[in-house]
Amino acid sequence: MTNSSSDALLALSNVNTFYGQAQVHFDLSITVGRGHIVCLLGGNASGKSTTMKIILGLVKPRSGEVTFDGASLIGLTTPQIVRRGIASVPEARRLFADMSVRENILMGAFVRSDRDAVAQDLDRMLTLFPKLGQRLSQRAGSLSGGEQQMVAMARALMSRPRMIVMDEPTMGLSPLYVDRVLELIRTINQEGVSVFMVEQNASLALEIAHEAYVLQTGKIVLSGPARALKDDPRVRDAYLGGSEAA
Amino acid sequence: MSSWLDYTINGLIVGNVYALVAVGLALIFGVSRLINFAQGSIYLVGAYIGWVAVVQLHTPLPLTIIVVAASAAVVGLIIERFGLRPLQNSVRIAPLLATIGISFVLDQLVMLTFSPNPRALPSQLPDVRFQVGGGTIGPLDLLIAGVGITSALLLFVFLRYSKLGWAVRATAQDRDAAMQMGVDVNRVNQAVFGIAAALGGVSGMLVGMYYNQIDTAMSLQATLKGVVAEVVGGAGNVPGAVVGSLLLGLVESYGVAVFGTSYRNLFAFLLLVVVLVLRPNGLFASARQAPPEPLTGTFIAPSRPVRIPRWALLAATGIFAILPLFPVSFYVLQTFINAWLLGMLALSLTLVAGTIGQVSLGHAALLAIGAYTSALLSLNFSVPVGLAVIGGGLMSAALGTALISPSFRLRGHYVSIATLAIGEIVSLVILNWESVTRGPIGISGIPPLSLFGYELISPTSIYWFSFAVMIVLALLQGRLLGSHLGRSFRAIRDDDIAARAYGLSLNRYKSLAFIFGGFAAGVSGGIAAHLYSYINHETFNTQQSILALTVVILGGLGNVVGAIVGSVALVGLPELFRIAAEYRILIYGIVLLLLVRFRPQGLLGTM
Repeated sequence: MTNSSSDALLALSNVNTFYGQAQVHFDLSITVGRGHIVCLLGGNASGKSTTMKIILGLVKPRSGEVTFDGASLIGLTTPQIVRRGIASVPEARRLFADMSVRENILMGAFVRSDRDAVAQDLDRMLTLFPKLGQRLSQRAGSLSGGEQQMVAMARALMSRPRMIVMDEPTMGLSPLYVDRVLELIRTINQEGVSVFMVEQNASLALEIAHEAYVLQTGKIVLSGPARALKDDPRVRDAYLGGSEAA
Repeated sequence: MSSWLDYTINGLIVGNVYALVAVGLALIFGVSRLINFAQGSIYLVGAYIGWVAVVQLHTPLPLTIIVVAASAAVVGLIIERFGLRPLQNSVRIAPLLATIGISFVLDQLVMLTFSPNPRALPSQLPDVRFQVGGGTIGPLDLLIAGVGITSALLLFVFLRYSKLGWAVRATAQDRDAAMQMGVDVNRVNQAVFGIAAALGGVSGMLVGMYYNQIDTAMSLQATLKGVVAEVVGGAGNVPGAVVGSLLLGLVESYGVAVFGTSYRNLFAFLLLVVVLVLRPNGLFASARQAPPEPLTGTFIAPSRPVRIPRWALLAATGIFAILPLFPVSFYVLQTFINAWLLGMLALSLTLVAGTIGQVSLGHAALLAIGAYTSALLSLNFSVPVGLAVIGGGLMSAALGTALISPSFRLRGHYVSIATLAIGEIVSLVILNWESVTRGPIGISGIPPLSLFGYELISPTSIYWFSFAVMIVLALLQGRLLGSHLGRSFRAIRDDDIAARAYGLSLNRYKSLAFIFGGFAAGVSGGIAAHLYSYINHETFNTQQSILALTVVILGGLGNVVGAIVGSVALVGLPELFRIAAEYRILIYGIVLLLLVRFRPQGLLGTM
């Protein structure tokens, strides 16, 4: 893993972001190692989702650098960034509601032109997400939240990404699906895809993550191996014990 | 004597033509949430390119269709690339205004190239009719139906089976998510504009052949009909646009069968208003479908208005007040009188569109109501002209507000469509209500302005009168904006949900704005009627509504002083440079485009 010049797949360094006058990120630096699951924790309005948007090129930082596999992503459009190998599972899933499940999953392969391999990958998705098999011709908008999350994950995998960024993948799901989603993230990761996920539910995220960062009003206040953070009293107070989980 | 079958066939054929326009509008709306008011201009361009091909180049029919489709597509691509793409991150009203500006420019360019006189566009098919049941059908009918059905099939295949078609559908459903799948949204926009323009252009050519006549008035009509069909079918819904078009064609055709030709458009716009009020998402939208407009967010460019010191305003008012005392020509006075009349209309529109955010495209209707009321009061009931003008203002306030009130629940672009339709309806009612309005003949012999028994005939006295009225209206409006009422208006404009959460009744405040605005516009129309001494249903047309909107944007939306400055600039400058009348509309269109692109907040800033 450390044989290349750097084992960081994605690196944000000293990113400052503004919405008009308001500063959202203050010298944000985050590293996602190859093959790792990294999780960004934080409450509402801490700047988590904006971090996702920075990575995907949907929002431009005012200063700082974002590199993927050593090359800068700054100035690239979202489609160009997707072609570099970053796929996304957006917040609230954002499926194409009036398209069929099958079409949604295939939209994930939009940047690929190897038709036969895409067809094989579709079959692979159906073994990974067996429930979707019977739903293929259904409107995506008619699925339950959990099923939609499966479609969103299958859609992201279809581009054969090197990294998937996920915005609150467990939000609004029933406990049963939450476990299922976490298990799937682990499976995906074991197949070699790095994962960067944004979560409010710290205890769940720290279960599966290798490293984690805690974001508070645009600043990283804590970071380190997930195991260590899990036992850190500051995290426990702020995210595990306090107002949210109790 | 035509049979019902004939009317049905005619309705379906016309519906097919509308469908070619409406499908393009629906594609564009789907992908970029934009109502493309330039669609009719592309249709016009298509008709004239068809004329060049048929009459001058003598191309055979299949080649004519290809030439028209290809050149119209190029026009569409140019519009997308240079007119709209630069506005991607602009306020939401910007692209809508840009398409209006583009349509002015295109229409005028066609008019300047080919002259405004109608031309014959011969059909290239044999002139025979076949008996079908109780009706007849000709080769051109079959061609139009064939083109319609073929285009629908091609479009279906494109959207369902091609990669770009998938990208179009995905972008229409969720633009951001589509980008995250690697879809290049600019390419999607390009594709959609190209297709829409090709279909629109062919449609214009077919209509030209159908009626064997083309002229530049076709443009606005086509845009209006396409928008009606599209909204009836559900904005952004492509199959809905086809069904909406056929329905519109049939409604019009049967309406004509029962009531006569001059009622054709009335039925179209009534259908639109009914659908907008009862089912704003269109006839086929499912109940759970999200409204196609974002719920909050600024529609109008926010800015800090330019502060003008009070002494400067007083000085300017003083100078204009004593202007007639200097040796100025009647021509100069006449120009300023026009500016003051337009200024009153602009005051009205800047309140309605700028302060409370209801961008009206049918404001000329308020002029017409005021003008007809004042003219008829003074002619039929011998009401003194001064009172009659006030009566015109009151009638515009009351009737205008009553007409728009069913549309108060609409937002953003939909308000513009509704006001456009209501404007057309007013003009069509004037045309058809002969017993009161004297129909197409118009009203002549309207008595000149008078005040307390003294006739105002000299340009000097008319100048003073109109200037004084405008200043009074401006002062009233300034007071209004400074009061809590003005704040409530702006709150509703900036976030109607938050405003409602604070207990503001949207309907009441929108009514108040339209009442005040209607009065100012009605007074302007009333004065104009007595100045012109003759008015008809075309005296106050959509072009004037758009001119007023350009004035208001030039001055800065919501800005009282800006409305007057804008009027003087747009009326005065073309006079100053002696620009020929036919270039003026072109210049207005270019001004609108440049403003939207480079200074959406106007000269003096929005308030």
